[in-house]
This record gives sequence, C-alpha cells and structure tokens, in this order.
Amino acid sequence: MTPAAEPIIEARAIEKFYGLPHARIQVLAATDLTVYAGEILALLGPSGSGKSTMLRMLSGLAAPSSGQVLWHGQPVVGPCPNVSIVFQSFALFPWLTVLDNVEAPLKARGIAATERMKRALRILDSVGLDGFELAYPKELSGGMKQRVGFARALVVEPEVLFMDEPFSALDVLTAENLRSELLELWDGKKMPTRAVFIVTHNIEEAVTLADRVVVLGKNPGHVRTDFRIAMPRPRDHQDPRFVETVDYIYRVLTQPDLAPAPHPEPEAAAVAAGPARGKYPMMPHARPGGIAGLLELLADREGRDDIYHLADDLAFEIDDLLPIVEAASLLGYINVKEGDAELTPEGKRFAEAGILRRKELFRVAAERVPLIRQINRSLANKADHSMPADFFHDLLDEHFSEEETERQLETAVTWGRYAELFDRDSSGRFFIPEEAAQPAGDEAGNR
Amino acid sequence: MGFPLLARSLIRERNWSLLVDALVFAAILAGIYAVLATVRYWMGVVTPAAHILRSPAALPAYAFYSLMRMAAAYLLSLVFAVAYGYIAAYNRRVEMVMIAVLDILQSIPVLSFLPGVMLAMVALFPTRQLGVELGSIVLIFTGQVWNMAFSFYSSLKSIPRELREAALINRFSATQRFVELELPFGTIGLVWNSIVSVAGGWFFLMACEMFELGHHDFRLPGLGSYLQTAASTGDTAGIVWGLGAMIAVIVLLDQLVWRPAIAWSEKFKMEQVESASEVTSPILHLLRNSEVSRWVEKRAVEPLWERLTTSPPRETPPIARTRSRGRIAGAVLLLALAVAVPYLLVKAVLLLKGLHSVELLATLQAAGASFGRVAASLVIASLWAIPAGVAIGSNPRLAKVAQPLAQIAASVPATALFPVVLLGLVRLGGGLGVGSIILMLLGTQWYILFNVIAGAMAIPTELREAASVFHFTRWQRWRTLILPGIFPYLVTGLVTASGGAWNASIVAEYFHFQGKIMTTLGLGAQISSATDSGNSELLLLSTVVMATLVVCVNRAVWRPLYRLAESRFRLES
Repeated sequence: MTPAAEPIIEARAIEKFYGLPHARIQVLAATDLTVYAGEILALLGPSGSGKSTMLRMLSGLAAPSSGQVLWHGQPVVGPCPNVSIVFQSFALFPWLTVLDNVEAPLKARGIAATERMKRALRILDSVGLDGFELAYPKELSGGMKQRVGFARALVVEPEVLFMDEPFSALDVLTAENLRSELLELWDGKKMPTRAVFIVTHNIEEAVTLADRVVVLGKNPGHVRTDFRIAMPRPRDHQDPRFVETVDYIYRVLTQPDLAPAPHPEPEAAAVAAGPARGKYPMMPHARPGGIAGLLELLADREGRDDIYHLADDLAFEIDDLLPIVEAASLLGYINVKEGDAELTPEGKRFAEAGILRRKELFRVAAERVPLIRQINRSLANKADHSMPADFFHDLLDEHFSEEETERQLETAVTWGRYAELFDRDSSGRFFIPEEAAQPAGDEAGNR
Repeated sequence: MGFPLLARSLIRERNWSLLVDALVFAAILAGIYAVLATVRYWMGVVTPAAHILRSPAALPAYAFYSLMRMAAAYLLSLVFAVAYGYIAAYNRRVEMVMIAVLDILQSIPVLSFLPGVMLAMVALFPTRQLGVELGSIVLIFTGQVWNMAFSFYSSLKSIPRELREAALINRFSATQRFVELELPFGTIGLVWNSIVSVAGGWFFLMACEMFELGHHDFRLPGLGSYLQTAASTGDTAGIVWGLGAMIAVIVLLDQLVWRPAIAWSEKFKMEQVESASEVTSPILHLLRNSEVSRWVEKRAVEPLWERLTTSPPRETPPIARTRSRGRIAGAVLLLALAVAVPYLLVKAVLLLKGLHSVELLATLQAAGASFGRVAASLVIASLWAIPAGVAIGSNPRLAKVAQPLAQIAASVPATALFPVVLLGLVRLGGGLGVGSIILMLLGTQWYILFNVIAGAMAIPTELREAASVFHFTRWQRWRTLILPGIFPYLVTGLVTASGGAWNASIVAEYFHFQGKIMTTLGLGAQISSATDSGNSELLLLSTVVMATLVVCVNRAVWRPLYRLAESRFRLES
C-alpha cells in the first residue's frame, strides 16, 4: 500500500449531534476519515463511541449534522452510488427465498431477469450456497444466513463493502470460517470490491483482517489512533508482532484519558487531539456482581493481571469486560496501567469481605461516583426522602441522549440498590428505603 | 412468489391434480358469473325497499348478495387502510392528526354514519340500484376499516432499522420497497385484523341492509334483511333458517378464505428460526398444487411482480431525490383538513343549537344508562370467562377440545342470535333493560375468554411447578401467579370487549321485533331512534357524546392499564 493511494470516500469534518443547537448531545466530534482503494479498514471503539454512526454516514445512509462526505471527490446526497452493507442482524427479507433476496438489489438496478438470475447464481455459488437457492432464510443456520448477506452485498459488485459487526451474531467457529473465506475472496482478487470497511468490537478480528485500524474514543466519539498493519496475510495469532499489536490496541482502549503513544509501525498515523470530554462523567454500565467477580479474580492472581489475559480467560469480548474494568477503577478498587489491572488496598479489602461488609464498603466507594452522590444528596435533603424520576432525567438530559439517560439512571439504581443507598419504585420515583435513611445521612456527613 | 424454474411443489406427488383443476376452473367460472350478475343487478332500476321473500328457497340468492356486499366493502377497506396507513407513516406533519382522527373514528358507531353516507350515495346514482348498494357497502366499510388502517400504520412504524437500511442502500424504488418490504411486513397484522373486521361486518349486517331513514324505508335483498324481516314478524322458522344460512356462510368463509390466508401469511413472520407448529390449510395446499393456479401464477402474478419490483435499467443509479411528491400530498391533505374542519365544526354547532336542554339532559341520562350496561356486561363476562379461560388454558387436553368449539361459537354474529334471545326474554316477561345486557354479553364475552386462554397458556411451566412445590394455597396461587400472569392479556381482552359492547349497544337497546319496536333508555337506543326518525340534531349530539365517552374511557382507564401491563406484568422468558 503506497501512501498515495486513491481515496474513494472522504469524510471532511463530519459531526453528528442530536437535539437543539444550544443544548445538543454530541455523538461524534468533527472527524476526518478517508477510505482508500485497496485497503481493509477496521473501525474499533467502545460502545457509545459512534462506530455505527460513522459507518452510516460514510455509506450515505445517514447525513452528517455538519461536514461533508465525498464520493470520488463529489459530495454525497443519499446512499453512495456503489456500496453495499453486510449487517450484524443479516437483514434478509424473511419472505423472499435466498435467490430472491440476492436478486433484489439487481432488480433495483433494473437488470433483466435472465442476466439477474445468472449473476445471482454465480455469486451464491462462490459463497458456498449452491443448492440453497429456494430455501427461505429461516430454514438456514446463522452462518448460512450471513453467507446470503455476503452474497447480496457482493452481487452488485460494490466498490466499497461496508460491514457492521458482521460476525458478532455468529458462534466462534463459524465466524472464524467466514472470516478466512472473506480473506480468500479479497486476497485472491476474486471480488471486484476495491475497499472494505468493517466495524467491529473484536480486537483480534481487526488485527486478523485489517490493513489499517482506526480506534474511536467516546464522549463524544473521536479518532484516538489510526495506524497501518503491514504484516502479510494470513496472519499467525502467535506471531509476536500480532500479539504486540493486539496488546497495543488493548492499551489504547483501557486508558480512555490518555493520548495513546504512537504505534511502533505508524505509517499514516494521524493521532487526533486529546478527547474533548463532556462535563458529566458517564457511568459505566456494570453490575456490582460483575465488579465483585473481577476483584475476586484479581485477588486470586496476586492482585494484578493483564486485561487482555483476563478477557481471554473469561471468554469475554472487550465490550463486555471494559465497563466492568472502568467501574472498578472509578470506585477506586483497581488501578489500570499499561493494559494491566492492579488491585488497590480498598479493592483487596472488598474482595476478601463477606456479603454485608461488602455492601458497607461499596456504600463508601460509591460516594466517589458523581451521579450516585448527587442522587443520594438530593434524596437525603428532602423531608420525605423521595424524588420523581423526572428530576434526575432533567439533570442528565443536557449531557446524554434520552436512551443513554435512562441507562445511566438504571445503572445508578442497580448500584444504589446494592449499596442500600436508594431505590426506585414502579412509578419511577426515587426514594431512600426506611431502614437506610439514617445511616446514609450519617455517612454523607462523615466524609 | 418468484421461482419459475425450480418450484418446489414439482417434487410433490400430485394424484389429485385433475379433480383440483376442475374445481378451481369451476370456481373461476362461478366467480365471473357472480361478478356479471352483480353488475347487472347494480345497474338495474333502483328499488330501495325490496320485497323480502320469506321462503328459505330465497336464501342462497340473499346469501350471495350479502356476500358480494361484504366482499366489496372489505376490498374498499383494504385499499383505504393501506393508503391511509402509508400516508400517515411517512408524512410527519400529518401523522399526529391522522392517528388522532383514526382514534376518534374508531369510537363512532356505524349507525351514526348512516344518514350522511346513504343520502350522499343515493344522490350520486339516483336512478340505479348502485347508489343504494354503495350506501350499504360504505356503511359496512365504516365499521371495519379503522383497525386495519391502524394495524398497517403500526406495522410500517415497526419495520426493523436494518431491513429499511438494506432497502435504502440498494436503492429500492418506492414500488419495490412497497411490495418486497412494507406490504409483506404488514401482511400478518392485516390478515388478523381483516378477520376481526369482517366478523364486525357480519355483526352489523342487519343494521346495514335494512333501516329507516326519516320517511324512507331501505331494504336491500340479503341475509341481514331476511333475518330482520323474520324477527320483526315473529317468524321462528324463518329466524332458524336465516341463522343457519349465515352460520353456513361464515364457516365456509373461514375454511375457504381465512384459514388459507392465515397459513399463507405464516411466511411473512419475522422469526429467524422455523417454528414447530404452523397453521396448515388443506385448501391452500390443494390450490398450490393445481395446474390452473400455477398457470395463473406464471402468466399473471409473476409478470406483474416483475414489473412492480424491477426498476427501469440505468447505468449509474441516480442521486437520491427528495420526497417532494409525498410532501405535496401531505400539504394538500393538510390544506383540505384546514378548510373542511372549521366549516363542518360551525355547521355542527349550528345544528346542535337547535336542541333543547331537555334533550341534552335526556342524552346524558341515556349515556349513564348505557355506560352502566357496558360496565355490567364486562363484569359479568369477566366473572365467567376468567375462571373458564384459566381452566382451559392451564389444561392442554381441555384446550384442544374447547378452543375450536369456542371459536365456532364466537364466529356466529351475536346480532343474528338476538331474535332467538328476545323470544326467550319475551316468554319470561323480561324487558330490554336487562335483556340488552345479555345481548351485549353475546358479542363481547369471547374477546375476554380468548385472551384469558392465551394468557393462561403463556404462563411458564416452571412458575406453575414452583407454585406446586411451595404448596401455594388456591388464593395465593391466583394472587401471585395466575392473575399477574394473565393481566396483560386480560387488559387487551377487556379493551376490545368494551369497544364491542359500546358498538353493540346500538343494536341491543333498540330492536324491531314482532311488529313493534322494543327499546329502553340508552345512548345506543337514542342513536338508533334518531336515525329511524331522521332527527339529525339528536343523532349528532348522541354520537358526539358516545365518541367522547369512549375516547375518555380509553385515555383514563385502558391506556394506564396497558402501560402497567407492559411495564410490570410482562413475562419475559
């Protein structure tokens, strides 16, 4: 890949926000991103960093709130002229046969019936679906369905193939199999597609497939690092360079506040400016039970382990583990350094305590979390120790989308319940349970 | 839909084929003749008050006329519902207005439309039978279209995002999107709502075929008129014959139309895996295997499909157009509403000014009486349907026997049974005051029963087992397991039943029977008598009162209950 490769899609300062101009919720900060001919580009990032939004804006499905998307230098209105998408949920039409599903995009392009069927049968053959033409999607396994998804995307010979977490709904073996078949088509030049853009949350998948990896950060979404991987494919997962690259991405993802050090082989590394964090820190969506589990596991391993190893041993995706790590660190139970998690003295005490003692410790630690503290104070200051949910909704509305506000409050309630600080009744009203009203007030005073 | 080369049915054995083909061919011939006969009759000289023959020999012809009326009204409803739902779903500016309108129209009883519709249609075709017939058809239409429109609208709104995106990124034309995405996605909802709607059509058939309007007598040849004539002359044998014919038609329709339709619509389910229990229909199976229908599919359906879904050839797909056409349609609609609504409102207020306060007071009293009756019928229906439904739903063997029986019982339109019930009431010396509650019950109890059965069947076995293991008392079992478990279903059943009861009040509180009019105090009776006597002020007033009452009860009672059911009592497995 030469740095002078031809750009196909260029995003110039594209931004996405919702709501009114004065109180808007920024999903994606102004970002430049170019998709070049000849590359597989993998987009990684924690949930809420706007990966999907980015894919939809680049493909022309959604218009950016500001900024511009160019297709071969021309501004794009509506979907890009010659792109396809492979969806996470397959998005096949359940009432059409496999053949009709694959023919549908050709019909939209006005291709005559005989030619259409010829092309559809050829592509079905090449993805290994020979003989399944007249089956309905519901008769197929997940892997077969996604093959239909690939066939439908490839049959129009797209210039850019977009994929939105295409393997995450499949089991591990099926996903592995499909990945290597995709690479075979790509590296063997068996498809006329000139660039592949894949959104994923699986770091190894990104390193297995991509020529170039872009990592997004959140609050609002922004590019944290953008680098090339020069290893030839197929890539050996045991290769030190492979392991090192995976490790590097883990380090970037687990240290959301630091500007990442450049990757050892940065060619087109264009590291964006430091994250512009919102005023209100976001609560990671982890359950107290999950946090306790992580701390116990760390305690078993002499209080320190590599996060990458932990995820591997637990068979967790990074998206599932990161919120737990983040939560434990927010509560002061662990310190995260260089991709390692280390128990603090508080964390150690928590891991060794019994159920009731844990709740006491958690109650103290949760006071470090702004949202918990705020809810607790508001409730303690009211004579009847209760507050309508709308009050807290309004508080968070300025900082988060409606959906995220609800999730934030839900997580806060889960933590508040565990700590026996506060609860929410069926009408959504927050309140301090009778027996907890006294000690909660004391503790707030002690600190 | 489109597999000419390798149709799977080729593989199946077909030793039936010749017989089936003959049957299908005969059915097509009969259909063509039916259309011709209908056209000749419609284009004939107008006879608004046909003489209704009392002989059972006339029944086949009457059944045919009624059926044609129902079919025309249903097709009209289908087209209207799809168009209305489509416009509402895609025009943000008119969406809220259109849905609110739907909500209100749904709560207006059929008879209130009668004078306007009838006069308009007769004025349109004064010399042809068509005018009177169209009036009756539009009347049936007003009784069945609203829930279908609502169903299609909400289907469009709930199409999964990724399916929409798949259509968008591949640049489906509007027609391709409609026939390959939107219509298939809405089909299941439309089929089920069609069944409910047509059942409603049968319910009001008597009212829609024979009525007085001011000094005019309208009587159209049909099953409804036959039954009503038999009832008003006290002809018991006639009632039994008419009832038999109606049940026969309904059962036939169920077997020949609705069951195949349900079985066919299974393919539009959004499920990702094949379910074990699919509805089967031998008729559909036969149709699929016949030469004639295959010929029709190949020669007519497929070319049409091809024409609709395929865009004209183009080199590079055009850059997306803005939806100016939809916007213009929305603007025109909005403008029309902005002119029509104030005008009609002023007219209505002027009309209502002619009423005396005595009539107003009487209307409120009548509303109270009907409200009490609706409530009573709901309570009585719940009292027997909840225990019975739970018993049936908790016992799979009982369910297997009882469910089909209950379905047949429910498919008989309650109005057709009124004369029989009234005969009994008159013998016992009871009046219509209490009698009308029984009549309402006839129409509404099934909604509650079916929903409770479904709810009881949905309670997970593990929860039942837990209740047994912990030796729950009977009361405890009901309070902690059964009632919360069936709650969402019960609410759905009660909502439908209350709507049905209000509608039924129109026919239940006012009845031509044995040469005289039986009536009682009530809003429904007031609407019926206002229609009969051509008192449009009173008709308007009572309609407004009823619609307001129904909408208010929906907002104040049913909607909060719905929300509670959705948030607290949803069983997630």
